[in-house]
Amino acid sequence: MQGEKRGLSFWILAGFFGLFVLFLYGPLSAIFILSFQGPGGGLTFPMQGASLNWFRELFVAQAVGDLGGSFGRSITLGLMVMAVTVLVSLLAGLAFRRPFWGSAFLFYLTVASLIVPSILMSLGIGLMFNVMGIRAAWWSSAFAAHLTWTLPFGLLIMFAVFNRFNRSYEEAARDLGATPWQTFRYVVLPLVLPSLIGVGLFGFSLSYDEFARTLMTAGSFNTLPLEIYGMTTNVTSPILYALGTLTTVFSLLIVLGALFAIGAVRRRRSRGLLPGG
Amino acid sequence: MSASIVTEGRAAGAIDPARAVTKRRRAEIGGPLTVLAPYLQAAPLFLILLAFLVVPIATIVMVSFWDYDSVMIYPDFVTFNYGEVFGSWVTWRTYLNTFKFTVIVWALTVTIGFWVAYFLAFHVRSAAVQMILFIVCTIPFLTSNIIRMISWIPFLGRNGIINSALVGAGIIEQPLEFLLFSDFAVVLAMVHLYTLFMVVPIFNTMMRIDRALIEAARDAGASGWQIITNVIIPLAKPGIAIGSIFVVTLVMGDFTTVRFMSGGQSASVGLLMANQMSLLQYPAAAANAVVLLAIVLLVVGGIMRIVNIRQEL
Repeated sequence: MQGEKRGLSFWILAGFFGLFVLFLYGPLSAIFILSFQGPGGGLTFPMQGASLNWFRELFVAQAVGDLGGSFGRSITLGLMVMAVTVLVSLLAGLAFRRPFWGSAFLFYLTVASLIVPSILMSLGIGLMFNVMGIRAAWWSSAFAAHLTWTLPFGLLIMFAVFNRFNRSYEEAARDLGATPWQTFRYVVLPLVLPSLIGVGLFGFSLSYDEFARTLMTAGSFNTLPLEIYGMTTNVTSPILYALGTLTTVFSLLIVLGALFAIGAVRRRRSRGLLPGG
Repeated sequence: MSASIVTEGRAAGAIDPARAVTKRRRAEIGGPLTVLAPYLQAAPLFLILLAFLVVPIATIVMVSFWDYDSVMIYPDFVTFNYGEVFGSWVTWRTYLNTFKFTVIVWALTVTIGFWVAYFLAFHVRSAAVQMILFIVCTIPFLTSNIIRMISWIPFLGRNGIINSALVGAGIIEQPLEFLLFSDFAVVLAMVHLYTLFMVVPIFNTMMRIDRALIEAARDAGASGWQIITNVIIPLAKPGIAIGSIFVVTLVMGDFTTVRFMSGGQSASVGLLMANQMSLLQYPAAAANAVVLLAIVLLVVGGIMRIVNIRQEL
């Protein structure tokens, strides 16, 4: 299709795509703007002046609950989920490179984990802890519930990675006398590292935003999504928007950080410090 | 079995010399550890899914036969909870309402998702621009769903942008009431939340379509529309199927969007379960969960029969 003149269909589709992006970003930018409402402003336009009032409220007012605590719990939980997701998906991805007995079953089990509705997992894990007489907590039952959501995504990404993986690099390493561990450590791992960062990022942000799977499993302390949900039912001021703006900015920073890390890995590689690239 | 499909899917049918060599060499040097390796590597995933997927679902099935009152649940074997699900007109209506949302949202997301992915995959020529536009589409996904639902208030509310604009322009005299807290708002928010789950897999399969096939179709005299219907859609089917599985399961289990955007005026199975859970009627919620799970599995099984999604992986 190279070098062709762009026809009418291109412009129609480009317009459609533009509308889609507008649809995605329009509402978000509205709450972003409205979070800077003046002290007298409400949930809708017009702006009543501009101020940082609602961000200040977010940190000052204790009436809205335990934002600091829930934010800390969500981050800790996200990091725990991220670490386990990266490790377990990498191992399972390696396993699936060779045929093994029961692999079809494990594959369907993973797909099942992806398609079981979140509220159902929440109920199931909550009930399981209840029946076994173990107190549900964000770091135990909610952690488990999040893993049933992040691991399938992690494994699917690893499938995509290993499908495009050139096995001749491993062959070469082996021919040069590398042990399996050396082959993994110095050849395979550096090659899949950018994708592993992607898996980690995915795991973190899925966990950080997860509401339904946390609902029945968080125990007595809220995570951030639960806290935000609580706020939607009893807070009717732009303080909600301020919170929305802050959490969105935080998510963006995480993504930028991950993209930067992937970029750094690529740069190191292109300087010849790591193989491949 | 799926492992070979999974790992060799792309090379299926072709002889892969590298693999043959690997196999031979492994047979030469392979100790017991080499044979055990995949099992050890797959064990953590298996154990986690066993403990936190299989056992919880078994618990749901078990509890769905238990008895309960307003404070406790009691181990028992009663079919009362299922009688409640199938015998009440309210639950039938709730299930029908859930199907209604599923069908409408699926139709909208598959249409939007297909054209967005098609534009990105076949009309954007530079790989860099393609990547940037793709990332632009995925960024809102990183914001919490609840925040994205809240973000519709300034638009759809009684004094929101749309009503102000319509009243201001003299098109209507009274603000439209159906915009927020209605089925319309639920569907709009779901399309906003879930279209990405359609775009990503469809874009992914479209990127793998051999461009020579399209050239060939064009050389054979096919029009742009014929290329789409006879070449691209059949080849993009696995992506459409995966996206559909995502959207269908997400909509069927959804309760936050329904609760929030309908203002409590509409119902879904997920919301019904959430309400039962908040009233501590766990056995009743569990019975609904079993029925919902059966329906989801049937739908997904149906989609997987039409399209072999394992090929995709």
